[in-house]
Parts: sequence; structure tokens; C-alpha cells
Amino acid sequence: MERADMAANQTSLPPGAPPLLPRAEGLYCPAGDFFVDPVRPVARALITHGHGDHARAGHGAVLATPETLDIMAIRYGADFAGTRQAAGTGWTTLGDARVRFVPAGHILGSAQIVIETGGRRIVAAGDFKRGSDPTCADFEPVACDIFISEATFGLPVFRHPSPQHEIAKLLGSLSANPDRAHLVGAYALGKAQRVIRLLRDAGHDAPIYLHGAMARLCDYYVARGVTLGPLLPATGDGPRDRFAGQVILGPPASFGTPWARRFPDPVVAFASGWMGVRQRVRQRGVELPLVISDHSDWPELTATIADVAAEEIWVTHGREEALVRWCTLNGQAARPLHLVGYEDEPE
Amino acid sequence: MKAFARLLARLVTTPSRTGKLRLVRDYLATTPDPDRGYALAALTGGLDLPGVKPALLRALVAERVDEVLFRLSYDYVGDLAETIALIWDGREDSDLPLSEVVHQLGTAGKVEAARVVAGLLDRFDASSRHALIKLATGALRAGLSARLAKTALADHGGVAVDEIEEIWHGLRPPYPELFAWLDGRGPRPAAVGHAPFRPVMLATPLADKDSEMLDPSDFAAEWKWDGIRVQVVCEQGTRRIYTRTGDEISAAFPDLSEALMFEGAFDGELLVRKGDGVAPFADLQQRLNRKTVDARLAARFPAFIRAYDILVWNGEDLRPLPFRDRRDRLETAVAALGSPRVDLSPLVTFDSWTALARHRAEPPDPVIEGLMLKRWDSPYLAGRPKGAWFKWKRDPFLIDAVLMYAQRGHGKRSSYYSDYTFGVWAADGTLTPVGKAYFGFTDEELLQIDRYVRENTTDRFGPVRAVRATRDRGLVVEVAFEGLNRSTRHKSGVAMRFPRISRLRWDKPPSEADTLEGLSALLPPA
Ligand SMILES: [Zn+2]
Repeated sequence: MERADMAANQTSLPPGAPPLLPRAEGLYCPAGDFFVDPVRPVARALITHGHGDHARAGHGAVLATPETLDIMAIRYGADFAGTRQAAGTGWTTLGDARVRFVPAGHILGSAQIVIETGGRRIVAAGDFKRGSDPTCADFEPVACDIFISEATFGLPVFRHPSPQHEIAKLLGSLSANPDRAHLVGAYALGKAQRVIRLLRDAGHDAPIYLHGAMARLCDYYVARGVTLGPLLPATGDGPRDRFAGQVILGPPASFGTPWARRFPDPVVAFASGWMGVRQRVRQRGVELPLVISDHSDWPELTATIADVAAEEIWVTHGREEALVRWCTLNGQAARPLHLVGYEDEPE
Repeated sequence: MKAFARLLARLVTTPSRTGKLRLVRDYLATTPDPDRGYALAALTGGLDLPGVKPALLRALVAERVDEVLFRLSYDYVGDLAETIALIWDGREDSDLPLSEVVHQLGTAGKVEAARVVAGLLDRFDASSRHALIKLATGALRAGLSARLAKTALADHGGVAVDEIEEIWHGLRPPYPELFAWLDGRGPRPAAVGHAPFRPVMLATPLADKDSEMLDPSDFAAEWKWDGIRVQVVCEQGTRRIYTRTGDEISAAFPDLSEALMFEGAFDGELLVRKGDGVAPFADLQQRLNRKTVDARLAARFPAFIRAYDILVWNGEDLRPLPFRDRRDRLETAVAALGSPRVDLSPLVTFDSWTALARHRAEPPDPVIEGLMLKRWDSPYLAGRPKGAWFKWKRDPFLIDAVLMYAQRGHGKRSSYYSDYTFGVWAADGTLTPVGKAYFGFTDEELLQIDRYVRENTTDRFGPVRAVRATRDRGLVVEVAFEGLNRSTRHKSGVAMRFPRISRLRWDKPPSEADTLEGLSALLPPA
């Protein structure tokens, strides 16, 4: 029976076919009949992490880390997929493949998906970073045959400074401008909690005010043991000047809304890896750029490629061309994987 | 260097004038001499360094970074100085006084320059590297005018900015006597040079309803020439050419400033002469943004002033006079000068707005952008006084063209196909590229075109995609442009000025786009 299934599978696959194929829905594994981070509803999805362009609602079955499942439930409601399965630390068998979830260091619950099939091991790393981050588990390099790397910051101009240095800039501006509110744009999942935690670790004990869109995810981080200190809603009535010299966190999209107008003469800051490039800072109308990223910068990307010692590197969303070029120059086989539907420039 | 680099970075991102003033003031208050003097010189364009060519920087980078990786990075960042600053793998993160950096750059000869710049780049962090490159290339672009920097200095010292202007041209960096005076440690430096800048008068765009309400007999009209609005001042032997923001550009036009022999101040348009006429703006561009100019360039593109107005003459301030009287004085003064370097902007006579509109539609010279309307009774006032002066620009030319190629943009647009090559139909039935445009469309339209390009790619060459363009399938774009010139560099034989996408014509089949023959009819007579 099992043999017959395998034979059937093999006839449907040309000899030497790659263990993963790019399809319109996303990256597909024929041996296990599943997709990784599909951008359209599919029967079975394996999800690396909770960011919107990776984790979408409406799949038949989802396998992900318990944190990613929780985050999807917070964002989409408890019934975001037909069935939901939490990945443990060990292997899960799917058809003729087996898979394992390993920390990616990107945000809480983010994982690389290790896929073994036909004697080969592929690692779909999803989004990842290498720097230490107290809000999530550190990236663990896994030796493999094929490593699928993101390339969001895949250009040698991206060398993120230390996040502590950037937080010191924010604290410096707070003390130089005690009369101005500091409106910090940060993506609601991952970045916001990291910025708060960095502020706390730098000794900033004052309450931090939150845009409504961030409250539930911050509560979830706290429930998972990430301490964030006193947090207050940046809403409600009261004198405008109560926000002077305070840190207010909101999603970047909220800055153009009436919500942002309640703050007196704000210093507009933005925590993002893109803030390393001044053209972007200007385009965003940001006064205080904070280069804090949850993606790998160029040195981290290239170091990771060296660490995993894969036979082949597949490069996806972002600056594929440059990272593939670096691989070629360094004698590393690599090719771009043209997947559609992921944001070139997530925040 | 770190403090100066931080100042430059903050100036660029600080939107408000008061914010910029505060930054410069704080810097001047907290930075020791002579560093703050050199910073002030850099901000006011008064730092005289030999000037490293961008080509030299590129060569330095080429020794260190793969050319493909550099090109991809440059495409993304969109600015050479910033790309080099970011991509340079500095080994240290040290600081040096700005004065030391200026000294090293100033004393390095041509041969040594590369070694000196590379040595400094190795020692700095990205922010200081960026500031260094801006200093070394002389392209500071700090986001504030010389005038604003001087205003911050005046605030710092608690004096009026005009007091600074009065003594400014007698001073040299790092201005020790100036700071001594402002800090109350020394006397006020003597005013050596004169010829200060006087704030210019500006026009508001003429709205359609304006002309219905205004009486044509209240206004003089003159052509608006397509050069650079300047103020030329000669006072007690000092000659200066200022832009309309008060930045001095005399050094780029020595041929012109040497020829200015009068005592007074004109407002006019800086233009380049070509034969008996006026050269297109592209020729003037050859002479801009240069710290020095060689004689050959000056002879090839001779600059002159077309005078619009007269502000001061033989010590008399004429600005309070009505335009009518100033115009008389201007005509007399220009005639008396008899200089080929200064001529008079002719008035356009008209008796109705309709008559004037006809003039505007058929200007006598291609280097005209439109008309200026000036109230006969308007005194010369700083700024944009309401109802006094109007500008009435010429309508752009429009053609329908077919999108042929798209390229990824630079900087903020680098993830989109945002640079477009478009063509029109040649006599043999093929599309001939006639121009490139990378603006004019909305963000929403950019997304639409980007999607169209990705879905209709027929070929790829590096960052460029060829887009489907046949007689019945393709994207027609309405292109607006300011003028058309003959070109031997382009296969089509024409070159457009300021082309931009004015509309997407999803409704129009490519076969109905314009022809090269039709476009060529817009060329000025040979
Ligand atoms: Zn992500």
C-alpha cells in the first residue's frame, strides 16, 4: 500500500524534480502535499510566522508553532483555518516528507521549517534575523542541502547599527525635547514589542502609550513571558500636554489619521530597517529615524549562508539578485526564487 | 566630525524652518572653535576645498566592492554619496575634529586625494562617511539656504541677520573674529565688502478667474525666460551674483561678473547666449553647480543677464518706486551700460487678456516659459505680495505615446518599474522611442503601470523590461512636455524637455498613438 502510494507519487514527479516548487499559491512540496506560507487559500499550509503576508486566513489545515497559531487567532479570529495543528519541537510526518519547526529569531513564534524528503533536507527560513532579541527565541542554524533565504535587506548597503544605539538616539531626543510627544511608528506585531523591551532594558521606566491596534498583541507577548512594563492607551480625554516628553507607539499607517493629531508638536520617529537609507527617511516624512529591524542585514544574511553550508541557496522576496550575486562570487550555488504575493518591503 | 555629521543628518529630516534654525543654533552654541566656523562655512557654501570628483570616489569603491553589487545598491539608494557611505566597510568608528578633516582635504594634492579620502572613510562610521563625501565633493545639500544658516548664526549671537550680511563678505573661514564678536569677546568686524543680497519679489500663478477680475490696463506683461532668476549687485567694486534665495553663484560665472561695471543692483534672468538668440536651458546647465569654470566652457556658453527690474542705482534705493518708474530707470540704465552682458527684457504690449493669451500661445522664442504680469503701481517688495505680480505659464505640449520599456526606479521607487521609455509610430510602421519619463503619475497609477509591466513583459535586459507594444495591444500614455529639440544622439532625431506622464490612456488602442511625423512638426525651425 505504502509502496503503491510512493510509486504513484513518483510517476507524478519527473525524475530529479526539486523537492519544493514555486507555484502561484506559494512554495509547494509535492511529497508532503503542502504549501509553505501560501498567499492564497490552500488545503494544507505550513506557516513560518504571524506577519500578514506569510500567515493568511482561510486555509483548510494549518501547521505552525503554538505562538503563530495564537497570533493568527488574535488577528483573524479563532476559526482562521479548517483545522489547526501546533508543531512541537520534534518531527511531524506529512505524506512522504517530514517537517520540523526551528526558531528563526524574527518575532515571537517565528520558525524556520526544516523539510526532509527523498534523502534531502531543505530549510525554508521564512523571515529571520541573527541579532539577539529578548522578545523571541534566537535563530538556530540548521545544516541542510537547500537553504531558502529571504533577502529583504539583501544589499551590502544594509548594515544595521546596534538596536541599543538607536534606542539611545530616541532617549536623547526625549531629553532634548521634553515639550514634544515622541510618536514612534512600529509594526504592531514584533517591532512594537521589541522597541518597548529595548526601552525598558535601557532604563526607561515611564509608561508607554499605545495605539489601540497594538494592545492585544502586547498583552499576548506579556502573557508569553515578555515583560513590557507599564503600558497605557494613547486615547481618551485629558490635557494634550500629558503626552509631552512621552513615548507613544502606533502603527505607521496611523500617523495620517485623526488619532495622531492629539499629540502636541510630535517628533515623528519610525523604527525600521529601511530607516538606514536617508531617501526613505525623507519619503516617509520621518524626523527621527530608528534603524531597528527584525530582518537580517547584509552581514547576517551572508554569515547565515556560510553557517548552513548548503549545497544550494534559494533566494526569495526582496533583493534576490544581489544575494545570488554574492553567492556566485563566493563559489556558492544559488538561484532566485520568483515568488509573488510577498511584500518587497515589509515594515 | 560626528557632531557635524549628526547635524547634517538631522537637518535633512527636520521639516520646519524653526526646527532647522534650532539645530544650527544648538550646534554653534555647543561646538568649539574652529570646528563650528568650518561647519558654518560648509553650510553657507564658503568652504573652499579642491573638490574630489565623483569618478575618483567610484574608483575607490570599485577597488573594494564588486561592480554588480555596487550597481544594484546604487540603483536602490539612488544617491551616489549615500551609496558609497553605506557600502564602505569601515574598519573603525573613530572621531576627528572637523577642522582636521578640512585640513586633510584642503592640503591633499590631486595625487594624494584618493589615499586621503580612503583613509578617512576607513576611520569613520556610515554617518560620518556620508558627511565626509559631501564635504569632499562639495555637494553638501544640507537642506537649508546660506541665508538660513546666517539667520541661525544671528540668533545665536543675538543680532539681526542683516548685520551679519553686512560684514559677511569681508570674512574668511573659520571666522574667528565673527564668533569673538557674537560671543562678546571682541569688536564688530568691519564691513569690508558690500553688495549684499536683497530679498526678491516673487509672483503667484495666475488662476483662470484672476484674469476675469483684473483690468489689463493695470498690468505690464513681459516674457518669463527659462533660465535662472538672479540678482546681480555691484557696489563699491564688489560684484556678486545671487540666486533668488540669496545663495551666491558668482564663482561659476566669472566671465559675467568681471563684465559687470556699474553701481547698483538688477533683478533678471541668467541665460546663455547662442548666436543672436538665447540658448536652451540645457546649455545653461553646463555651467551650473561648478565651483570654478575654465575659459573654454565660459566661451562656449557665454552667460548674460536679461534684466527684469532695477533695485538700486548709484546708491539710490529704487525699490519703493512703482514698477512703472522703475521700468523707466531700468531702460535708461541698461541703455547707458551698453554691455553685451546685460540686456533688457522686452515688454509685451496687449490691450485685452485674449490678446495676451494669443501671445502666450505663440511665444517668439522657444526659451520662454510663459508670461509675467506686473502691476504698474507695484513697489518692489520682498516675498510674494498678493495681487502684485502673476506668472502665466505656457501650456505644455501633449502627445499620445506607447509604453515600450520600463526600468526599476531609484531610491524610494526601486521596488517598482517606474522609469518608462515610450515611443511613437515611425513611417515604416515600427515604434520609435522618443523619450523617457519617470514622474507625472500618481502613486496609484504607478502601481497600475507596475502591474501592467510585470504582466506584459516580453523581454528582460538587466533591470529593464521590454513591454508588449503592438498596434492593437499595449499601454498608451499621454506625455506632457515643455519643448522639443533636434537631437543627433537619439534615433528619433528629437529630444523632449521635461517629459512626464500626464495621463494613462487605458481606453486608447496603440494604433491611435501619435506618429513621429506629427511630433517632428513641433520642432522649432532649423
Ligand atoms: Zn515577517
